[in-house]
Amino acid sequence: MRKTLLGTAVLALGVLLSGCAGGGGASSGSGKPVLVGVSLSLDGDFSGDGKALQQGYQLWADDVNAKGGLLGRKVQFKFVNDASSTQQVVTNYTNLITRDKVDLTFGPFSSLLTIPSSQIAARYSYAFPEPAGGGPDVFNRGLKNVFFVQPAPVVDNLVSYAQWLQSLPADQRPKTAAYATEDDPFTQPQVDKARSVLEGAGVQTVYNKVYPAETTDFTPLALGVAQSHADVVALGTQLPDALAFIQTFQQQKYSPKSLVETTGPDQGAQFSDKVGAANAEGIMVPAGWWPSAKTSLNDHFVKAFIAKFGGDAASISADAAEAYSVGQVVEQAAGRASSIDNAKLIQALHAGRFQTIQGPIAFDATGQPNGASFLVQWQHGQTVPVYPPSVAVAKPEFPKPNWQ
Amino acid sequence: MSGLVVEAAMLGVLTGGVYALMASGLTLIFGVMRIINVGHGALVVLGAYLSFVLFQRWHVDPFLGLVVTMPVMFGLGVVLEIVFIRPLRTDREALSVLVTYALALGIEGILGYFFSANYQQLSVWYQRASFAVGDFHIAYVYVLGFLLSVAFLAALGLVLYRTTFGAAIRATMLNRSAAQLVGIDVERISAIAFGIGMATAAAGGVVFGITNAFNPGSHYDLISRLLTVIVLGGLGSLKGAIVAAVLMLVIEDITSVLVSPTWADFSFFVILVLTLLARPQGLYGVRARAGT
Repeated sequence: MRKTLLGTAVLALGVLLSGCAGGGGASSGSGKPVLVGVSLSLDGDFSGDGKALQQGYQLWADDVNAKGGLLGRKVQFKFVNDASSTQQVVTNYTNLITRDKVDLTFGPFSSLLTIPSSQIAARYSYAFPEPAGGGPDVFNRGLKNVFFVQPAPVVDNLVSYAQWLQSLPADQRPKTAAYATEDDPFTQPQVDKARSVLEGAGVQTVYNKVYPAETTDFTPLALGVAQSHADVVALGTQLPDALAFIQTFQQQKYSPKSLVETTGPDQGAQFSDKVGAANAEGIMVPAGWWPSAKTSLNDHFVKAFIAKFGGDAASISADAAEAYSVGQVVEQAAGRASSIDNAKLIQALHAGRFQTIQGPIAFDATGQPNGASFLVQWQHGQTVPVYPPSVAVAKPEFPKPNWQ
Repeated sequence: MSGLVVEAAMLGVLTGGVYALMASGLTLIFGVMRIINVGHGALVVLGAYLSFVLFQRWHVDPFLGLVVTMPVMFGLGVVLEIVFIRPLRTDREALSVLVTYALALGIEGILGYFFSANYQQLSVWYQRASFAVGDFHIAYVYVLGFLLSVAFLAALGLVLYRTTFGAAIRATMLNRSAAQLVGIDVERISAIAFGIGMATAAAGGVVFGITNAFNPGSHYDLISRLLTVIVLGGLGSLKGAIVAAVLMLVIEDITSVLVSPTWADFSFFVILVLTLLARPQGLYGVRARAGT
């Protein structure tokens, strides 16, 4: 009996470790509307981001429908939940394409989920414009249907940060840096590239660790960073670890001169509410969008977002803006192709520039954007672009103020 | 580096205490009811949300709020046991996995409906406060969590080993049928045990909610860790859960700082597998005779 029970316990553990997934979402009928299928992470590690993407997609659908629809047809989304699982996202897109027979597919959150799902879309010759899969591995598989709708390839996201540090007066330039990143195809390439640029510039690496995406206890890592007493810290994080590192730094009374995180500080109030507005001050994040950007329809986007979902401009997640941009790009491509046929859309997306709330975007043959991202910093309760000078609206705060 | 190892070990002991508290409810429920409660992680998250509501709405300190949340969770546990677990008459241990997993999904769905998938955290003033010990700083919240765990585990131990009611619980754990034969109301004991398990989950949820950003889906990682703890400690053993939890966190934290975080989980699982090879019943589990 005991052995059976032990076996059951181990089996239960195995089931849980193997990952769990749920489904759901609005259904739609076939016929007139353009049905757009999206798998979203409404549970699991990426659930905060998944929800924000859903808001961005929905807002675009409202806008395009208010203008008469996509080539005269109403847009209707079918959202299904992948629970942040790489297995479930494959099942979801397969079902969306083969069972639900959606007209178009838009991408999920993260490079991790975009890599397997774009393969499914390619198998069925669907265009796969996506808001959040920008890691190098998304583009090195020879796919022609993927389009990463952000201004710059993710691998270069922290290059602006490294360049800014190099641009500081010699007596202020950091001498040491600490790095820690999830082993995620979105975060790790960014941190690796920043490290190689900074090491090339003579900044000594005093701590460098890669941790599994499943890690739940970040304290030992944060302790290691704190004990390194590095001048500057670059972290490859999502929101939960972004918060956990900061919490431990505060407990350890360690305030680096500069702190940049790949994701987390770009999540608006979700970030600042937990860190505290005073403690968010000076923290940096690479970004392609910020609330007061003077880009195509951005004012309208911010107003419409607040009207529909509440909050204020600072509370809008960049994820929502990225999802909205996917819709904008597809709308323009469909207009140019005069069709929503996927083959024609793919052709149109490979040609020309598209105006988005993140600025103009064009794609190379692999679907990577060819622009540059910039650096934003929390200053006085909001994120503002601070580097490069061509887009900056404020000077970078350096060193970052001490924790309050 | 040696300072960092000492600090990681101390942190492992402190957080291990909190995991011990969370796992104690799980192992108690298993011991008394012979069910694997895979919904236990969701109950911890539910506890964190209850504390969050008290804290957000009425500014009740999460630790003080336990005066409210623990009885509420206890009562809810009794109801859940009567409604969902008690009807399981056959193939109890296998079916319980499905039923409690469904319970976890239900709790996740309800929490998602009310709180959305956004991350929350119990941002209390002492969340970031710490005191110096030699070269490093110990966060108050870990010490508070550890003391809370020690207090509750001691209370649980006293109830189990020093009261008639505890004797009835232990009798039910040893042999449910025999306990029934000597007049123990095992169904009542089961409902109370489930309630106690949920109350400890509420207490664990407070520390979890202060030290981690959580959302309704946070229970998956949590339950997998709690199950490994009770398997290593020995199913149904309170002492085993405590030792295994502290062992797990200390090993993981030291491996994380000495070698790499990538090897942290692996190192613990190596010890788990080696222990189970030598002692299939776990560190403190009782090896049953054939046929029992």
